[in-house]
Amino acid sequence: MEGHHETLGHVPRNDGIPLNLDWVSAVQVNTSAVERRGATIPKRRSVKKQWQAAWLLKAITLMDLTTLSGDDTEERVKRLCRKAMKPLRPDLVEALDVGSLNITTGAICVYHDMVPTAVRALEGTNIPVAAVSTGFPAGLSPLRLRIEEIKESVAAGAQEIDIVISRRHVFNQDWVALYDEMCAFREACGDAHVKAILATGELSTLRNVARASLICMMAGADFIKTSTGKEKVNATLPVSLTMVRQIRAYQEQTGYMVGYKPAGGISTAKSSLSYLALMKEELGDRWLQPDLFRFGASSLLTDIERQLEHHVTGRYSARHRHAMG
Amino acid sequence: MNITEIFKTMDYGPAPESASAAQAWLESHNRRFGLFINGEFTSPNSEQYFASRAPATDEHLSDIAQANQVDVDAAVAAARQAQPAWEGLGGPKRARYLYALARLVQKHSRLFSVLESIDNGKPIRESRDIDIPLVARHFYYHAGAAQLMSEQVPGYKAVGVAGQVIPWNFPLLMLAWKIAPAIAMGNTVVLKPAEYTSLTALLFAEICIEAGLPAGVVNLVTGDGQTGSMIVTHPDIDKVAFTGSSRVGRIIREATAGSGKSLTLELGGKSPYIVFDDADIDSAVEGLVNAIWFNQGQVCCAGSRLLVQESISEQFYAKVKARMDKLRVGDPLDKAIDMGAIVDPKQLQTITELVASAEHEGEVYRASCPLPESGCYYPPTLITELSPSATLMQEEIFGPVLVSTTFRTPAEAVALANNTRYGLASSVWTENINLALDIAPKINCGVVWVNGANFFDAAAGFGGRRESGFGREGGREGLYAYLKPTHEFPPLVETSAFGANESGVASATLIDRTAKNYIGGKQKRPDGNYSRPVYSAAGGLIGHVGEGNRKDIRDAVEAAHKAKSWANTSGHLRAQILYYWAENLSARAAEFTERLVKVTGCDSNVAQHEVELSLTTLFSAAAWADKYDGAVHNVPIRGVALAMNEPVGVLGIACSSAQPLLGFISVVAPAIAMGNTCVVVPSQPFPLLATDLYQVLETSDLPGGVINIVTGDQTTLMKTVGEHDDVDAVWYFGDAPLSKQIEAAAAHTIKRTWCNHQRAYDWAQVKQSDVLRRSVEVKNIWVPYGEG
Repeated sequence: MEGHHETLGHVPRNDGIPLNLDWVSAVQVNTSAVERRGATIPKRRSVKKQWQAAWLLKAITLMDLTTLSGDDTEERVKRLCRKAMKPLRPDLVEALDVGSLNITTGAICVYHDMVPTAVRALEGTNIPVAAVSTGFPAGLSPLRLRIEEIKESVAAGAQEIDIVISRRHVFNQDWVALYDEMCAFREACGDAHVKAILATGELSTLRNVARASLICMMAGADFIKTSTGKEKVNATLPVSLTMVRQIRAYQEQTGYMVGYKPAGGISTAKSSLSYLALMKEELGDRWLQPDLFRFGASSLLTDIERQLEHHVTGRYSARHRHAMG
Repeated sequence: MNITEIFKTMDYGPAPESASAAQAWLESHNRRFGLFINGEFTSPNSEQYFASRAPATDEHLSDIAQANQVDVDAAVAAARQAQPAWEGLGGPKRARYLYALARLVQKHSRLFSVLESIDNGKPIRESRDIDIPLVARHFYYHAGAAQLMSEQVPGYKAVGVAGQVIPWNFPLLMLAWKIAPAIAMGNTVVLKPAEYTSLTALLFAEICIEAGLPAGVVNLVTGDGQTGSMIVTHPDIDKVAFTGSSRVGRIIREATAGSGKSLTLELGGKSPYIVFDDADIDSAVEGLVNAIWFNQGQVCCAGSRLLVQESISEQFYAKVKARMDKLRVGDPLDKAIDMGAIVDPKQLQTITELVASAEHEGEVYRASCPLPESGCYYPPTLITELSPSATLMQEEIFGPVLVSTTFRTPAEAVALANNTRYGLASSVWTENINLALDIAPKINCGVVWVNGANFFDAAAGFGGRRESGFGREGGREGLYAYLKPTHEFPPLVETSAFGANESGVASATLIDRTAKNYIGGKQKRPDGNYSRPVYSAAGGLIGHVGEGNRKDIRDAVEAAHKAKSWANTSGHLRAQILYYWAENLSARAAEFTERLVKVTGCDSNVAQHEVELSLTTLFSAAAWADKYDGAVHNVPIRGVALAMNEPVGVLGIACSSAQPLLGFISVVAPAIAMGNTCVVVPSQPFPLLATDLYQVLETSDLPGGVINIVTGDQTTLMKTVGEHDDVDAVWYFGDAPLSKQIEAAAAHTIKRTWCNHQRAYDWAQVKQSDVLRRSVEVKNIWVPYGEG
């Protein structure tokens, strides 16, 4: 199942499968048990010293450096893109002796209007631009417009589209509607990869999270993602565990490998390590690469930089010592 | 390995917890420890020491004193001397010491954790996050138990000096489980830690000093099984508490038989882990990690017997194997490992041999995770395709080895779960609450975890049924292990049957009435077809009763088993039947009074009083039938721990000679009120009061087989009862000195016993709540909940 790290194979896109309602209705999630497992992950796994440094560098490469604010401007986005290209202070790169890794973030994630700016700013790099779409964050604009929004973002150069699902379909257990909607979004994306945001904080139960995850994968999602970052509760380890277990089940049944993106609330280096451990434990090392795993984060990078500086110097670092995005 | 390389492999690296503070502590004692007796460390009289080694590295950690008889005598004497003052302090003052111990355990928690992991081989994550926090919790909880003793357990007092012998799998936690309730209730203790793992107990001795605990309240003697044997057989020990193997438990039961020592045993298990097809499969797989790969599987309540519903077994096994491959086995002090070292090379050898013996019986899968090159390690192992008859489906392995079989229906799951001599714990995985709460009471065990495994807390009782032992540790139910009723009875004076006078014949005016046995609701002629005459105090022949033999006992036990659906009837129904019994007896009160006078020669007012008390007792038992509730324990999870009172099962009871009616009703009525069925051998000299009850019972709607009565020689009959493997408990109040024999016979299947030890029980003085408590087993059913 796991591609060896030296020979990372290309992951074929998830083409989806016909809606299988029997499978969906058989999905069970025991909330207490999932919470217990979630709680032990940070306790059972720990990385220290150069292992910790390497893992934190990996976390940077898995990051969708994100700005999704009403006050975003083109200049602000350009600054962020430059940070994505050069996330670490050069002296730290040198001290860690990781110049050859050419560390950049995994992607830049912005609203549609900022896509052209970001694409231009990242020209000549391998950093893709992701656009949140489909009436983000609520997803309640007309379906026709949501689909149109995807197409415009793709036309503007976005290589990844983060869509939001209609939460009401989940509450109504209207899996057909959810499946159809997701299929339409996927189709509109064309060659751009699509990440399905479930807004798990609003779905209320882990059972809903699991079933919505499965529907989105059946409908061809390349990634499933927890949150918009705008809900009251965003990514958590129990939610993540629930979603990655569905990714595992989907792969076992269909062979397709679907990516995972926890977003919102992951702001400390330490918590990013817990997520990496979760992926490694539940899905395997192949899911520690940017084509199958991303963090949606805005403030995480600074904390990682501080921890890496601590690794180099042995001194606890300050935020202002690291360039802002 | 440099950062660039790790970036590519994304391996975990080592994440070692420092051992330096623990090593410094050992050094500060020059790696040699004496015994902790009467508040100070002393050199062993034997002048002998044995080595304590780290199983992960084989490193010599320390020399541990080998206590001999002189040392044990000194420890017991210190405990004896300290006991009255300690008990006399009163609960609230004792509570302060327990509170101090809890605080000190927390204060030194990391030192305790590291020391435990080095000594035992368990992962530091477990000692740090589970063992030591539970130790502190146990002392906190029991500080409260001491504080509230007079309110929570009125009418009880300390047993006296407790001798406690604990195992190596949870060294400090088992110490806490033993010492906290004992000293909270006013006992003093002599405790022996396991030979492999004495170090944290010795550190605990230091915090006893730090807490200012009065000298002699806690005494720790280290040593091997010989030392343990000296403790449990010591004549001045009042109470023995043992956690360990069923084999040693049996030896202790035999060794203490007839001594009058109170005894609790927490023994082995082969606990079922049942997965239904509607379970959250991934969580059930993960639950196994906590069930069988916790503490290297060296857990008495390990979910070691996986029972999976057939329809999902293939998928489930595949997921289990994949999960096993992800487990990390290695240095116990590494914070990122799941399994550490097996406690000792000897244990490793036992596990290895047991698994080797099963290679031809099932399919053995060993996790592909790498093992350290040296040290005492065994891989997580799953054995599938085993039939229930396979040795390893029955034998406890006490290692990281899971055995498995499949079932088709819930009924078959229960049958397989109960197809064992053990009865400690069980896990039930299903998302169907109806199924979970239907299965939980049907499993013959002391603890059930619904959708979980290995939850422990001081507020919930822990302990087993069958050959997993008896007694509970934790919760209010656990306090009774260290208590006895304040009322004590004088030595017994034998009551003889009356002989015939010169005439010795029945009055010709009476139609002959020969009482038979009462089995399965029918009056049955005794198998041997012999009868024994019963004479009045005046020497006249009053009648005959059957001379029961072992086959009658066999039949009675069969009948009692057939009537076990009695346990499933409602308390309300049982109450009605007991009231009806009282009503019918009341209608014949005069006749029973007269009979009492005639057979015992007592005054009629004494007889009348006994009949009246018997009626009161029946009314009380009826009243309790629907009121002797369990509890919902306040455990620190989002969920409930339901402490349910379940009937013990089939009881074999020999009644007192004196008080032939009251002595019968005082034990039988509460027993059946709680749903037990019983085989009763009534008062040997005065059996007619029991046989006269046949008609009363028959007219009281009591289902056949709930009470079975066999008359005859108590010594002969109780021998058969005591040796019957399908009797769950034996109560003996007869005159013959049989307590020792009964307790010794009980060792074979670890029966619960309640013997008079030649004390004259006055049933007018025995609190019915004490009989009720002995009529039930507390089962703690943990039900976590939460949806979103």
